[in-house]
Amino acid sequence: MDLRQKLEILADAAKYDASCASSGTAKRDSTRGGLGSTEGMGICHAYAPDGRCISLLKILLTNACAFDCAYCVNRASSNVRRARFTVAEVVKLTLDFYRRNAIEGLFLSSGITRSADWTMEQLVLVARTLREEHGFQGYIHLKTIPDASPELVEEAGRWADRLSINIELPEAGSLKALAPEKDLSEIKKAMGGLRARIEGAREDLRTARRAKAPRFAPAGQSTQMIVGADASDDATILGTATDLYAGYRLKRVYYSAYSPIPDASRALPPIAPPLVREHRLYQADWLLRFYGFSREEVIAGGEGGMLDLSLDPKTAWALKHRADFPVDLNRAPRERLLRVPGLGAKTVDKILATRRHSAIRAEDLARLHVSLPKVLPFVITADHRPRLLDSGGLRERLIPGTAFVAAARPVQMSLF
Amino acid sequence: MGMAAVLPGPADFAAWRGAARGMLAAGVPPEDTEWRVAGDAPSLFAEAAPPPASSGAHVPRAFVDLAEIAIRHADPERFALLYRVLWRLTHGEPALMQVATDADVVRLHAMAKAVKRDAHKMHAFLRFRQVETEAGTRHVAWFEPDHHIEDAEAGFFVRRFAGLRWSIVTPRRSVHWNGTDLSFGPGGRRQDVPPDDAVEPLWRAYYAAIFNPARLKPGAMRAEMPRKYWRNMPETAEIPRLMAEAPRRAAEMLSRDATAPRPNPQRLHPPGRADVEEAMDLLDAGTDPKAALAALARELAGRNDLPDFARRATQMVFGEGPVGAPLFFVGEQPGDEEDIQGRPFVGPAGRLFDRALDAAQVPRDEAYVTNAVKHFKFTPTGKRRLHQSPDAGDIAYYRPFLLREIGIVAPRLLVGLGATALRALTGKAVPVMKARGTILPGPEGLPVFATVHPSYLLRLPDEEVQRREYARFVEDLRAAHAQAAA
Repeated sequence: MDLRQKLEILADAAKYDASCASSGTAKRDSTRGGLGSTEGMGICHAYAPDGRCISLLKILLTNACAFDCAYCVNRASSNVRRARFTVAEVVKLTLDFYRRNAIEGLFLSSGITRSADWTMEQLVLVARTLREEHGFQGYIHLKTIPDASPELVEEAGRWADRLSINIELPEAGSLKALAPEKDLSEIKKAMGGLRARIEGAREDLRTARRAKAPRFAPAGQSTQMIVGADASDDATILGTATDLYAGYRLKRVYYSAYSPIPDASRALPPIAPPLVREHRLYQADWLLRFYGFSREEVIAGGEGGMLDLSLDPKTAWALKHRADFPVDLNRAPRERLLRVPGLGAKTVDKILATRRHSAIRAEDLARLHVSLPKVLPFVITADHRPRLLDSGGLRERLIPGTAFVAAARPVQMSLF
Repeated sequence: MGMAAVLPGPADFAAWRGAARGMLAAGVPPEDTEWRVAGDAPSLFAEAAPPPASSGAHVPRAFVDLAEIAIRHADPERFALLYRVLWRLTHGEPALMQVATDADVVRLHAMAKAVKRDAHKMHAFLRFRQVETEAGTRHVAWFEPDHHIEDAEAGFFVRRFAGLRWSIVTPRRSVHWNGTDLSFGPGGRRQDVPPDDAVEPLWRAYYAAIFNPARLKPGAMRAEMPRKYWRNMPETAEIPRLMAEAPRRAAEMLSRDATAPRPNPQRLHPPGRADVEEAMDLLDAGTDPKAALAALARELAGRNDLPDFARRATQMVFGEGPVGAPLFFVGEQPGDEEDIQGRPFVGPAGRLFDRALDAAQVPRDEAYVTNAVKHFKFTPTGKRRLHQSPDAGDIAYYRPFLLREIGIVAPRLLVGLGATALRALTGKAVPVMKARGTILPGPEGLPVFATVHPSYLLRLPDEEVQRREYARFVEDLRAAHAQAAA
């Protein structure tokens, strides 16, 4: 099998992992040797026709796997073609692509073969070779295997910017049913271990002499949950996410719509990926982290533990809490402005700065590139008072006709 | 009288500032100024050039930062816009930059944003091709920015590719790095850059393979990667094929017969250490108290009727210490750090407790420590988990396990730290402050020494009170130690 075929198989095997972030790590550059730089901001070097960013070379070392997770294209019982990279091949591909400015770095994962430690050792070896032999300063994300020995995890954190362990499913019961070899409590313990090390390294950076501080995953840890493979509702998914953010200080929880795979398991027949639901979960996640919403509030915008698919979760929440509106843009405090549908955190800050000097009018909102049909029903400005807030038809008026809901649906091929 | 400034380059902020200072010092209003870049056609009217001057005016940092970026915009009116904003800032509108809805400010922000986006896309979409020359390997790229960003962004590529020798050619400018020095030259043509590169087929193969045909969203792709960039990105040649094939590939995956799970998938682990240990514990549990404790811990961790909050914890936190320790300390429940480490009394309150034990001269091998409730009960709030006190039902659930733990360790004295522990040990609500320092009747006729929980000491706001209460706590521990030895 030539390198190109291996690359095709092992990239195909890696694409169901949504994470592609290359941001938030320590600043580095190559002016004192080596290759590459990281400057804080992530860079998406290309976009595929699925709308996803390509920032890192995202591949598996091997797609041979002893685990039989029903949702996974690489499960032991799947009939997909198997391949394995050598460490040298991954190192060379990474450097070759990086020198062309095609990637920010490497996201390396692997099927589990032989043992957890053996597999983890191979991942660590790739990262160590890149850093030590080639002075690679770019971004490295390594998948961490929960059962791997503490020494290997320690070394992984020394070379990698980010480590991740995928929780895969939000509940222990689903995980047991669909991924019999995985164990939620082992996964959580491993995440807890990563948190302790990440915080320890940061603490050392603050207190010890900087040069001596040991490095450990400066871009933190992340995880992924598959959406739609089990029966968990959005309340459960967001509940697990809030526990994970609070307990293990995750940088990100990625939500990945369960997507059809070649050779799906009979235990989990393929479905069209629930892309809109995935999108709503990301929006809800944002409200939880940056807009002061609680999980219960976000969920209250929908019905029966599920988010409203036809409206963004902030608008859905606002429609069910009309008594909290209208909000006066010239008087209300920041927390209240953040609750207005269609106002992002940046716009809110601009409104706060501006209104100290001149009263906010409806036309000002247009200048700030705010969607007026979305915002005006919920706000008072110097020249505007909403009239439709109590109207039964408001919800219908706010449902976007052309926006994401339509765009997210898989399309037929006439657009090109 | 009007004034005209001729700037040496299209994005020369220092020259613009010099000219603007001169105009400002001469009191020339914006409508009487004219701005040109050297080489532009001169205006029909002869106008004076601004004299070098210091305007003495102070402007907000926010303006300077924004202006330095916005001046790279391709809009020929950028210099005049910047001067107009400068004029307004120094003529009665010092807070103008904060008025985010002002038309000039909006435009300035929009220009800076466009420049930043252009720079970001240059970092992202520029592709080098590797060429072998007589002088060694070189990397060459052709890129077409919308704005005058070549000089400003050269540094990014130097920092990233300091060890390579490279050139970036654009229609207006070329940038060269020889490994030590940066130099700039005139613009070029696409033909100046080699048409392909040996690694490109691999990169295109990667691009095609990472695409998921079941998630086709070409609108999202185009929003972030507009078509104008495609002609200089080799991988985009794959897009028509990928899009054309996607519906068929997705339909195939959906309609294909699913594979039955293999009845006997290859299992990774031979019977592991844990299983062996468990079997040994069960064998020894009757005779060896250590094995009995381990078996008890396993039994509790594996129960399927645990309270809901227990499932949200990372792990169960069992007691620690020597079997037969005369002192058996009971706390409330594991906290955030205990939950992560899986060990009792390792958080802030635990560290204070350790200090107090030392101060009271209680030897380590005489103390067993555990909690009344053995999972962390919390409410998530952003990046923290807020401790939630266990209720009577929670305490009752764990009580039988605590009693069996006591039975195995067989201490001489139980020490209840705080209300939860005292409730678990005595079976009823005990007012801590009243009972403190006294002995209460406990399970199996064992005496219970009552004192506060160390976290109470951490919560005291007043330093003086804290010192006094800590000393009292140490006294309590000393008294308990003496009692156990009696």
